[in-house]
Amino acid sequence: MNSRIIIVNVIRWFLLLFVQIFLLKNMGFYDLSTPFIYVLFLLLLPFGIPNILLYLLAFATGLTLDAFYDTMGVHATACVVLAFVRISFISISLNRDAIDDPEPSLSYMGFQWFSLYTFLCVAAHHLVLFFLETFRLTEVGYTLMRCGLSCIFTLLIIFLVEFIFYRRTPR
Amino acid sequence: MRNLWIFISRYNAFFLFIIFFVVGIYLTVKNNSYQRSVTLNSSNEVVGTAYERLNVFKRYLNLGMVNDSLAAENAKLKSQLLGLTTVDTAKDVKVVDTVTNQQYTYLAAKVVKNSVTLRNNIMTINKGTVDGIKSGMAVIAPQRGVVGFIRDVSAHLATIQSLLHKDTKISVTLKKNHALGSLVWGDGNFDIKKAFVKEVPNHIKMYVGDTVVTSGYGSFPAGVLVGKISKANVATNDNFLSAELNLFTDFSTLQYVYVVKDKKADEQKALESMAKPNE
Repeated sequence: MNSRIIIVNVIRWFLLLFVQIFLLKNMGFYDLSTPFIYVLFLLLLPFGIPNILLYLLAFATGLTLDAFYDTMGVHATACVVLAFVRISFISISLNRDAIDDPEPSLSYMGFQWFSLYTFLCVAAHHLVLFFLETFRLTEVGYTLMRCGLSCIFTLLIIFLVEFIFYRRTPR
Repeated sequence: MRNLWIFISRYNAFFLFIIFFVVGIYLTVKNNSYQRSVTLNSSNEVVGTAYERLNVFKRYLNLGMVNDSLAAENAKLKSQLLGLTTVDTAKDVKVVDTVTNQQYTYLAAKVVKNSVTLRNNIMTINKGTVDGIKSGMAVIAPQRGVVGFIRDVSAHLATIQSLLHKDTKISVTLKKNHALGSLVWGDGNFDIKKAFVKEVPNHIKMYVGDTVVTSGYGSFPAGVLVGKISKANVATNDNFLSAELNLFTDFSTLQYVYVVKDKKADEQKALESMAKPNE
């Protein structure tokens, strides 16, 4: 069971990064909206994962993306922020002892919880990402617009993926 | 002491967050001041090779457009050749060998990675130190238009800081009256086909449709076509005018570029560094 989780996550990592780097990197609407689907890997890591491992995975995933995007550290920082939001939101909204679902996916957690969870994590990630990339406050309006539109695009694709791989679970 | 450990382990998520966040910010800032690590850069051979492989497929998609531009260039060269062969050879023609005094030489390079969607865009080309490329050299587009400057160089690859970058500034001039200005991109407008000419003196009259060329004061040779003015005489808050122009370069379909080698660059730099500021 445990090795199955690891294999599924490794495959997911390679698949999402491949799609992100070789397909979505070349996509975008008028320089305004760029989807970052690879965050789905961090969102779907199992509940039982230790904090330190989660941070390390987030940082490593971000650095890999940075290597291909030529933006040393920007994606890594954004992923670390996402990991922090994920930990905080899960510990606030769920009772740690009563969690019996393996991972926070749409099939296990239901639409309402999952959509709020995804929205908060993606919004935090994109805010940090775009502001670090711009690195100045004079273009704040434009940056916020890019951030918001990209958020919508990313969320759309994440829900698309989640509905495609939706499994009805016995509750 | 024990209480401190209990406190830290209870809120470990927060402390780990602080540690990783600081490391991330540190990497970002270090990168912004251009002392970038060589290992995780697209000059890196591994990433470069991956992009080169991908580019083999991507090249087919733009094949039609590249063919058209090559055909156009062929036609131009042919018409020039026609002009040369029909010269009356009976006339006495004096040929001066200017090659030995030629200041600029062009080196063609293929773009292995391009980006236009970011705020600060970097390209990678397949020529490096082996081919004599150095940091700071100018890069121009095949037919007309400027591209940017060489930024980092490895043995067989180099990255270009393109015009679509917040730190790129190119000295340009109006073709008709040689008024100086500087070319920048992205000041509230992130269209990759548009850029701005700033710091034009107030008394200069600009009109829509005026051609802008490089001035020759930087590493670019003089007279490289840059673009046509689309919005003239935009008032700024200081004592200068600015104008918006349509670039001749199409960054999104760029496949080949020319790196400009300036024979006198080192000499010029050495000479200019003799004049100390505040003398």
